[in-house]
Amino acid sequence: MNEHAQTMLEAKDVVFRYSETGSNAIDGLSMQVKKGEYVAVLGANGCGKSTLAKHFNAILLPASGTVWIEEIPTTDEDRLMEMRQKVGMVFQNPDNQIVATVVEEDVAFALENLGVPRDEMRCRVDDAMQMAGIYKYREKAPHKLSGGQKQRVAIAGVIAMRPDCLVLDEATAMLDPIGREKVMHTVHKLNRDYGITVVQITHYMEEAATADRVVVMSAGRIVMEGTPRQVFSQVEAVKALHLDVPQSAELCHALTQAGLPMPDDVIRPEECAAAIYKTLTGKEPPRDV
Amino acid sequence: MLRDITIGQHFPGDSALHNMDPRAKLVLTLVYIIMLFVASNPIGLGISIVLVFGLYLLAKIPLRLIGKSLKPIIPIILFTAVLNVFFVTGESEPLVSLGFLHIYREGIDYAVLIVVRIICIIAGTSLLTYTTSPIVLTAAIEQLLRPLSKLKFPVHELAMMMTIALRFIPLLIEETDKIMNAQKARGAQLDSGTLMQRVKALIPVLIPLFISAFRRADELAMAMECRCYHGGEGRTRLKELRMSGKDVWLTVAAVVVFVAMGMSNFLWK
Repeated sequence: MNEHAQTMLEAKDVVFRYSETGSNAIDGLSMQVKKGEYVAVLGANGCGKSTLAKHFNAILLPASGTVWIEEIPTTDEDRLMEMRQKVGMVFQNPDNQIVATVVEEDVAFALENLGVPRDEMRCRVDDAMQMAGIYKYREKAPHKLSGGQKQRVAIAGVIAMRPDCLVLDEATAMLDPIGREKVMHTVHKLNRDYGITVVQITHYMEEAATADRVVVMSAGRIVMEGTPRQVFSQVEAVKALHLDVPQSAELCHALTQAGLPMPDDVIRPEECAAAIYKTLTGKEPPRDV
Repeated sequence: MLRDITIGQHFPGDSALHNMDPRAKLVLTLVYIIMLFVASNPIGLGISIVLVFGLYLLAKIPLRLIGKSLKPIIPIILFTAVLNVFFVTGESEPLVSLGFLHIYREGIDYAVLIVVRIICIIAGTSLLTYTTSPIVLTAAIEQLLRPLSKLKFPVHELAMMMTIALRFIPLLIEETDKIMNAQKARGAQLDSGTLMQRVKALIPVLIPLFISAFRRADELAMAMECRCYHGGEGRTRLKELRMSGKDVWLTVAAVVVFVAMGMSNFLWK
C-alpha cells in the first residue's frame, strides 16, 4: 500500500495490439510514474507512445498485463469515471477536443458530466481558466482563438476536473513556437505549483529536456530511460532510434567529434554557451552567460 | 466566400428582448404563429403587424432586416398570392374575367391575408434568431423538451448534437475552403464549366471533407469520454435559465396582445 501511495501510474508487462493479426503496438512494457513527477515519452512515429498514453486513462485496455491508476486497475469498469477524473488527457488537435461553443462552457463540460453543483462548478471553472491563463477569453467562441489559446482551453477543461495527473499526447505538435511556449509554461506551472503529475508525449527534444525523466520507446518497448542528461548524452544511441537530441547536445557532440572536447551532458542552450565560452577563453564564464 | 455565412443570424444586443428568457421567447413565437392563423381578419392581422414592428423597435434591430429575411421567399409569397387571386371563388359576380379565369373580391381579400400572414411569420421567427444566440436557443429547446425524456425521447442527445453541430460548422466551413484551395492548386476548375461539370468538380472536395469530418468525430468522441461524458444522466449545467421579473411582464404583455388578436374574430363579422 505504501508503495501505491507514491505511484501515480504503473504499467506492468502490458501488451496491446489493434487487430488480432497485427503486430503488438505495445510489447511487454513496464513503467512507473511517481506522484508529482514530470515524465517525457519520446519515440519515432508508430512506436506505440500514443497507444501507451491511451492506456493511462482506460481509453484502451491491455490485452495482457495490467495498468494501475494509483491503486485502481484500469479494468475496473465501476471506477471508470473516477479514473478519468484522476488522469486528464490532452490531445494533439485542440479543435477536435473542444465541445462547446463558448470557452467557459467548454471548460465546464467535464464538471457538468460529473454532476458538480452549480456554485462549486462556477468557482472551479474560474480557477481552471485562471490556472491556464485563458480567463480573459472566457466568453469567446473557440474558433476565434489561436491554436495555443485553444490548446490551453483544452487544458483548462481537463484541469477543471482537478486531476492528479495530466497526460499530454503531442499536445504541442500543431502549435506555433509562441503557442507552444505558452502551453509548456502552463504545464510546468501546473506541475511545479499544484503538484500535478505530467506525462508528456512529444517530438520536441527541447521540451523533453525540461522533464524530470525521459522514457524513449521503440517498437512498443522502452529502450532508454533516465534523466534528460543521461539520455541525451548518448547522442549516437538516440539517433539510431530515428530521434533527435536537443540542438545544444548535438552541437557539443559534433564539437567533441571534431576534436574539441566538450562536456557530454549538455542539454540546454545556456549550458552549451557556458561550455563553449570556457573552451574558447579557458576561463569560467561570467554568471550571466 | 464561404466565411461570410453566419448561421442563425444572431445580432448581439442588450435590449429587454435580447436578455429575455429564451424559453419564453420560443414559446411566445410559437403561439404567435398559431394566433396568426386563428385571427383571420384584418383587425387581428393589423394588431400582429403593429406587434412585430414594435418588437423590432424594442430590440433595436433595423427594420430593413425584415426585407432581407423575406428575400429568399418572395417567389413563394408571389406564387401563393397568385394562386389565391385566381382560384378562390366567391358568391358575387367576378370583378374581372379573363377567359376561363375569374377574379373575385374574396380571392383578393384572401391573397392579401395570406401574404400578410407569411410576412408576419417570417418577421416574427427571424426576430427570435436575431435576438437569441444559437447556444442559448439550444439550451432552451433542451429544457422545453425535457418532459419528453420520460417517454424515452433522446432530449439530451438531441441538444448535444445541436451544440456539436454549431461548434463544428465554422470549422468545417474553414476546412472546405482549405480543401477547395488545395484542389484548385492541383488544377481543379471549381468555378467554371456547365452546371454538371461544376457538380462533378465538387466530388474531390466533398470526399476529403467527409473523411476528415469522420476523423474529427472519432477524436472528439474520445476527448469527450476522457472528460467523463456518459450521456445526459446526472448532468448539471453551468448556466441555468431563469425568468426575470422583466421577462414575466413581457410575457404577460405578449399574452394580452395575443388574446386581443383572438378576440378580433368576434369583432369582425
